Amino acid sequence: MAQETKNRPEQIAEVDKESKKDAMILFLSDSEEKEHFLSRANRKLLSDPLNDDNPITVQVLGICSALAITVQLEPAIVMAIAVTAVMAFSNMIISALRNLIPNRIRIIVQLVVVASLVALVDQVLRAYAYDVSKQLSVFIGLIITNCIVMGRLEAFALGNGVYKSFLDGIGNAAGYGLILIIVAFFRELLGAGKLFGYEILGHKGATLAESTGLYALGYENNGLMLLSPMALIVVGIIIWVQRSRNRKLIEA
Amino acid sequence: MDYINLFVRSIFIENMIFAYFLGMCSYLAVSKTVKTGVGLGAAVIFVLTMTVPINFLLDKYLLRPGALSWLNEEYATIDLSFLSFIMFIAVIAAMVQLVEMVVEKFAPALYGALGIFLPLIAVNCAILGGALFMQQKDFSGIGEAVTYGLGSGIGWFLAILGIAAIREKIAYSNVPAPLKGLGITFIITGLMALGFMSFMGIKI
Repeated sequence: MAQETKNRPEQIAEVDKESKKDAMILFLSDSEEKEHFLSRANRKLLSDPLNDDNPITVQVLGICSALAITVQLEPAIVMAIAVTAVMAFSNMIISALRNLIPNRIRIIVQLVVVASLVALVDQVLRAYAYDVSKQLSVFIGLIITNCIVMGRLEAFALGNGVYKSFLDGIGNAAGYGLILIIVAFFRELLGAGKLFGYEILGHKGATLAESTGLYALGYENNGLMLLSPMALIVVGIIIWVQRSRNRKLIEA
Repeated sequence: MDYINLFVRSIFIENMIFAYFLGMCSYLAVSKTVKTGVGLGAAVIFVLTMTVPINFLLDKYLLRPGALSWLNEEYATIDLSFLSFIMFIAVIAAMVQLVEMVVEKFAPALYGALGIFLPLIAVNCAILGGALFMQQKDFSGIGEAVTYGLGSGIGWFLAILGIAAIREKIAYSNVPAPLKGLGITFIITGLMALGFMSFMGIKI
């Protein structure tokens, strides 16, 4: 007990110093003694999650709320943007508060921070993109329990500075969005012959003579791609392709 | 009859994993052996059956537009539904904590079996998903909410049981190296989901 009280002032001083340093990194990013603001280490934070450390295919986090909305490209992109906003800001907030949060209740604090940000994103979507928000239905709310958000808070934001955590949030959300967009691209293209709702493979008429583009040659859409099981299989194939190109990711 | 229909629907047709991909993270992480899979599945059934009805009451008497009118007629215009995410997740986190303490006190054997899975459940998407779907479905009474929670939990349990059993066997198969582990699990889950689609349209 005595030791604890003795340590107190030092701890506070340390916290103070830390938070000042973070503020400096945030605002005076190019001062000499600080790291440059897009230094090699920081760029790595952004680029690693795109391939070597991808949240979906390597860390296996955040699959939960994602795949159901990959039938079309548009909701997938909106979802990716929403997750980016939530991750970047929740990482920043938790990292700024990291020395003030008692360890035992940190999960609840994290959940509350993430839930408030998600509620904000949900309200913004309802105001400015109502159709997409209807399409995404409960899946916006499910960003709260998206494991990738909590996973990065636990694994990165609790131990790193504000600016680095912000970059980590953006990087991981981008890696996650990348997979979503790839899956949605193939599902919409092969399943409906469209991208963003435009018929890029030609128009399918009632008969072969009325059709244009590929459909005039007898091409048919693969309706199976629109069903939910195919999202899982497409992700499985993405993992296959990625791991055969990047063999160090193969599981023993 | 309605209850049976809802029950069957929530287990097979609207299966949390195969139709909505909810709770995939823990599903993939904990399905390496049947034993741990069953532990987590049981915990999910338990927590879903508890939290869906509680969140239903919260939604009905606090959050829905006009829900506060039981308190005072003047409050009939108040709409607190923008608070539902925070309220639901708080209820879930608190319930999980409570369930953990009760189980530890009164059923130490069960607590030992569930182990670390109980606290993990607070961030399982299936639990929050259950609450959000419940809000969307607009149930008329608490009986339906209980049925839905129980059914969804059992659906999740069946899914993790199935994949864990398959993964135990597949360890002995000759899978292409880049597909080993995660990749093949995704593809098998996809095939299982295709199988579950055959339940579509069942109405009792």
